[in-house]
Amino acid sequence: MISPAHTTDPEIVVAPRDASKVSLFRRVLRNPLAVASMGFLAIAVITALFAHFLAPHDPNTAVIQNVLAPPNSENLLGADGAGRDVLSRLIFGAQFSLAGALVALLTSMIIGVSGGLLAGYFGKWIDTAWTWVISLMMALPTIIVLLAARAVVGPSLWLSMLIFGVMLSPAFFRLVYASVTAVRNELYVDAARVSGLGDGRIIAVHILSVVRAPIVIQSAIVGGIALAVQSGLEFLGLGDINVPTWGSMLSDGFTNLYTSPMLILWPALAIGLTLISLTLLANSLRDELERSNAPRKQRRKAKAPAATEAEAPSEIIRHEESGAPDGEVVLEVTNLSVGYPSPDGGLKKVVHDVSLTVRRGEVHGLVGESGSGKTQTAWSILRLLPEGGKIVGGSIHFQGRDLAKVSERDMQKIRGRSIAYIPQEPMSNLDPSFTIGSQLVEPMQIQLGISAKEAKERALSLLARVGIPHPERTFAAYPHEVSGGMAQRVLIAGAISCNPDLLIADEPTTALDVTVQAEVLDLLRDLQKEFRMAVVLVTHNFGVVADLCDRVSVMRLGRIVETGPTEPIFESPRHPYTQELLGAILSEAEPRGPLVTAGNSASPSPKGAVR
Amino acid sequence: MIAFIVRRLLTGLVLLAAITTFGFTLLYLGGGDIARKILGESADAQTVAQKSHELGLDRPVLAQYGDWVAHAFSGDFGSSWFTGQTVSAAIFSRLSVTLSLVIGTVLVVAVVSVVLGVLAATKRGWIDKVAQLLAILGHAIPGFLFAVGLVLFFALTLGWFDPTGYVPFTEDPTGWVKTVTLPVIALALGGIANVTQQIRGAVIDALRNDYVRTLRSHGIPERRVILKHVLRNAAGPALAVLAVIFVGLLGGAVIVEQVFAIPGLGQVAVQATTQGDIPLVMGLLVATGVIVIVFNLLVDLAQGWLNPKVRLS
Repeated sequence: MISPAHTTDPEIVVAPRDASKVSLFRRVLRNPLAVASMGFLAIAVITALFAHFLAPHDPNTAVIQNVLAPPNSENLLGADGAGRDVLSRLIFGAQFSLAGALVALLTSMIIGVSGGLLAGYFGKWIDTAWTWVISLMMALPTIIVLLAARAVVGPSLWLSMLIFGVMLSPAFFRLVYASVTAVRNELYVDAARVSGLGDGRIIAVHILSVVRAPIVIQSAIVGGIALAVQSGLEFLGLGDINVPTWGSMLSDGFTNLYTSPMLILWPALAIGLTLISLTLLANSLRDELERSNAPRKQRRKAKAPAATEAEAPSEIIRHEESGAPDGEVVLEVTNLSVGYPSPDGGLKKVVHDVSLTVRRGEVHGLVGESGSGKTQTAWSILRLLPEGGKIVGGSIHFQGRDLAKVSERDMQKIRGRSIAYIPQEPMSNLDPSFTIGSQLVEPMQIQLGISAKEAKERALSLLARVGIPHPERTFAAYPHEVSGGMAQRVLIAGAISCNPDLLIADEPTTALDVTVQAEVLDLLRDLQKEFRMAVVLVTHNFGVVADLCDRVSVMRLGRIVETGPTEPIFESPRHPYTQELLGAILSEAEPRGPLVTAGNSASPSPKGAVR
Repeated sequence: MIAFIVRRLLTGLVLLAAITTFGFTLLYLGGGDIARKILGESADAQTVAQKSHELGLDRPVLAQYGDWVAHAFSGDFGSSWFTGQTVSAAIFSRLSVTLSLVIGTVLVVAVVSVVLGVLAATKRGWIDKVAQLLAILGHAIPGFLFAVGLVLFFALTLGWFDPTGYVPFTEDPTGWVKTVTLPVIALALGGIANVTQQIRGAVIDALRNDYVRTLRSHGIPERRVILKHVLRNAAGPALAVLAVIFVGLLGGAVIVEQVFAIPGLGQVAVQATTQGDIPLVMGLLVATGVIVIVFNLLVDLAQGWLNPKVRLS
């Protein structure tokens, strides 16, 4: 039963990831800070490796008459408190300090990576055990533990770094464990298993290739921490006096801080620059890694103001009223255009020359598929476009003012008070940290200037009005304690709480169950009649339009293509796109036949032919 | 709520038991010939054996540990092998100094990070650049190195603060501020760098939530949207980081105290370590363990207050 698609070599499926990893390091080379960091680290490593050739003196030979000698031809950087050559100690310090950090790094890497692979790949109980070990290690400051260990093992640089390495291993463990559990369930690993790869090979090929770059980044961080802690220990004077390290130089410099403050400068510079280089390197690697992963993520996340450029503006089809329209005009949008900055520095328009008029007591439907610009139009009336979005043309006349031009301060007074908004997704539109009651009361206090007590009474009666069975209980509840339908009623109550003149409803029923949808629509219709509100109703559903709207504007690719009273548009849609949308509800209503599966489809297949 | 606290305290006790068992075993088994260390190389074998017997070191480690635990429950952690002072007295007299330092630092970190993190997330621009630079420096430069720089510049060159020493707050508040300011700044830098980044990220994430748009649609002023709603929702992750940082601060305080010659736990710790004063080292493990467990409990309670979902479960 293995179809050709499944036998695809897993290597090929993984290939694009691998490619992005390889170029990651090459891309980092374009970052000047990263290059400078790597340059400094390279110098430090070379100094460490060739310390024996570079150092002019033995780092531990103390010459009494040289004690605290200033820089001279013999001791280029002077001599320390014991009469030892500072330059030689600095050079050998590179060797021992970096080697010490390396011991800690390798220890933590070996334990953390292998532990993470095993726990992530094989099972839960290792995970539980590890979580315990980690919380144990996290409960004590590392310095205290290292001090305690030093009481046992004595002043050995290598042993204390080994112990510190064990304590740092969770850093690698968590990283690898998280990656493995994420990767374990991915299809290509399943595919590899089905195609008969052993566990060892799956780990080596698939999982290590994913965690390789994060491990490199983590290594730079862990190496830095190891060097810092090692220097701290030595600074306390707990190091081995026979091992020249930057930390012990610091300690010596600090004792002689008042007499020769330069002594502390050199080791402080060496440690500081090494640590900054490691941090900068880790940061730029991480930034590059995130950048290479970013496009995929963003595409999923952003509620994309979809591409709507192109195609010549065609004529808008207008259906005429049977009689002259009556009633006061509440909202008049004229030639509204909305744009977002595009990556190339230009501007991408997502709404083009949209015009609409909404009168008191009228429901105006804005219909179109997702990405047609209807929500963008709604948000720009509220002046709540997502970051970067801008009104780039046209006007929005409301109560004698052009909302496209009023100050943000004035807009705050209009929002909630005169224009209200009902969002699409009820659960994500309530702040999870506050009770429903406080979220209803807060705007009323601000907009109507009433007392908390009055606002609470009003909120309770609003909750009752929108059909919530136990207003008191819901008032005191948190958003996660109520159902989606309830939450939408709460949001509707919030929207009408200050008697707005205009209501913007953005797909108010889309996220709800079908049965709840009808109830919420009924509620909206009743409230609209009761308060004689003007409503802009954004929807993709012509059923909702037929139910509620007096007028409709059909939007496509950021433009209005057909507009007019609801009835004539339903009876004789003229634009092909409107016809298509209307056709869609008809076919939706039609019962579908039994599902035709690929296996017994009638399409000719080689197998079928053989049979 | 009470069940939650009890459960957390029990977990803490188990953790403490694990720490002491582990510590005791390693210290007493790995310590070598302890009596010899106390008496010095010149002592003869018989005196050493006698000292060993006196301290109970010739008994099985398990029995010694049992003794230690039994006494610990009544608050008796033994006496220092070198000074004869009781461990609880030696630690208690220093604890308040270190705690005032660390708690002061936590407050500074929290306030500065919230201000800087929120500004960096909402205003972007130069303040964001400053926050990023601070993050790199704070991450890279160890607190004690920074402390040395502060001493050189502010205390020795400018003479604004005392380079060393400590005055208890209860005796002289201005003196306390003068002695504690530099150590707190030195300790806080790393924490500020870390927590600011956390808050910046959490605020940016929280700003993307749908409910922010809805709050704005109610005409709630932007400042209030951010300070009340966004910050409240961003505080959880930041608080979790603060808990982790607290442990690091305790350790950092040990070293920074040495720089400023502050008579806190750090001095006891270094002294006990160099001498191999094991009862004192055990006492230190217990003291830091208890502090960390209590702080974590406080953070958990704060998390519950911040996040209704945690509170109810």
